[in-house]
Amino acid sequence: MRDIDCQTIKETVARLCQEATCLLPEDVLQALKQARQKEESPLGQKILDQILENAELARKEMLPLCQDTGTTVIFLEIGQDAHIVGGDLNECIKQGVSEGYTKGFLRKSMVERPFSARINTQDNTPPVVHTEIVPGDKLRIQVMPKGGGCENMTRLAILLPAEGKKGITDFVLRAVEEAGGNPCPPTIVGVGIGGTAEMAVALAKKSLTRKVGQPNADAETAELERDLLERVNALGLGPQAVGGRITALAVHVETYPTHITSLPVAVNFQCHSARLAEAVL
Amino acid sequence: MDITLPLTDETVEKLHAGDDVRLRGVMYTARDAAHRRLVEAIEKGEALPFDIRGQVIYYVGPTPAKPGQVIGSAGPTTSMRLDRYTPPLLAAGLKGIIGKGGRGLAVREALKQYKAVYFIAVGGAGTLLARHIKKVDVVAYEDLGPEAVRRLEVEDFPVIVCNDIYGGDLLEEGKARYRLSVP
Repeated sequence: MRDIDCQTIKETVARLCQEATCLLPEDVLQALKQARQKEESPLGQKILDQILENAELARKEMLPLCQDTGTTVIFLEIGQDAHIVGGDLNECIKQGVSEGYTKGFLRKSMVERPFSARINTQDNTPPVVHTEIVPGDKLRIQVMPKGGGCENMTRLAILLPAEGKKGITDFVLRAVEEAGGNPCPPTIVGVGIGGTAEMAVALAKKSLTRKVGQPNADAETAELERDLLERVNALGLGPQAVGGRITALAVHVETYPTHITSLPVAVNFQCHSARLAEAVL
Repeated sequence: MDITLPLTDETVEKLHAGDDVRLRGVMYTARDAAHRRLVEAIEKGEALPFDIRGQVIYYVGPTPAKPGQVIGSAGPTTSMRLDRYTPPLLAAGLKGIIGKGGRGLAVREALKQYKAVYFIAVGGAGTLLARHIKKVDVVAYEDLGPEAVRRLEVEDFPVIVCNDIYGGDLLEEGKARYRLSVP
């Protein structure tokens, strides 16, 4: 058993919110630079140049990459031998988000009473937290500020098992095509296959925490990722959907066993400003 | 191409889908809540809080400005959400819009009918775009906070013509140009 103090968790979350929104991860930068090399469309090239310049300015001056600093999605991996002390874990994470967004001059985008008054909560809380219990005595925190443009293009379908890989491919391509420029391409296309309805969406989102373009460890799934990426980019949408070769930087697929009658598939996009910061306590 | 705002018929006639344009001059910000109020005012026959004729509206909700900054990060938001409010504003004389992503059929038709242009700026380039904004003043609906209507003065603000007055549509044309068939 190892003690982890709530105050440390709070401070870490606050720091990660600011880092994630201002510092584009190195793997995303590299993927964008490669995209710039491959892009043939002159407008697409100019757009990628602006995206790269923006990332450089944001890093240098510690300014938000994008005005939509998102819903704060947080993934926690809690070691089963870790003991969280000195407060309520959920409350200290919430306080960390509040502090990070307030002190970091980040946009507060969360509203309560979503179907009626839509009142801004003023500090971007509450975050959306996904918790997993894992072996070990550490706490891993990943902060993913998720913008509305890409999140709103999420799609879920429960296919018939007979539709198989072809059905999944058609569904993913339709989702990308219908999303158009809204999720800010070049995107990372997260695909969740299997489990139940809510799990398929969670898998799609979780896949976005992988390093960009890092293939799934399972060979058959990695092959599906390659095939989907080729087909997504053949759609021709390109950067910001103005036409071009690079519509997606990567397609990430995560799977889970499913019921004999089911084939759930979900698509969750990450925009080119694929913001993610993590710490292990 | 360099263009000075507000827009005239003569200027919009020169613009075609795919043109890479730099804007200079005045534009106004408005998002969902401000649009709802603007359209309600038009429906009630009330005067708008600013003369909309020839003007450009930028769909943006910036981050809070840090001390010393004119404005925080300020990239475009998804335009589709404002589609339902757009035709009445175009009918009232709005000449240009800046956002990201495609527009519905009704908006595309209204752009042709009222001779107005839809531009896109690079979504997610908020820090870069903010550097082209030189002055910010709240001009209406101050109670809406970040969604209040602001008057911006911009220099060399980079946009691309997405939909022109002739029915040209960059997103459709671009996709067709680069589409490949995969067996």
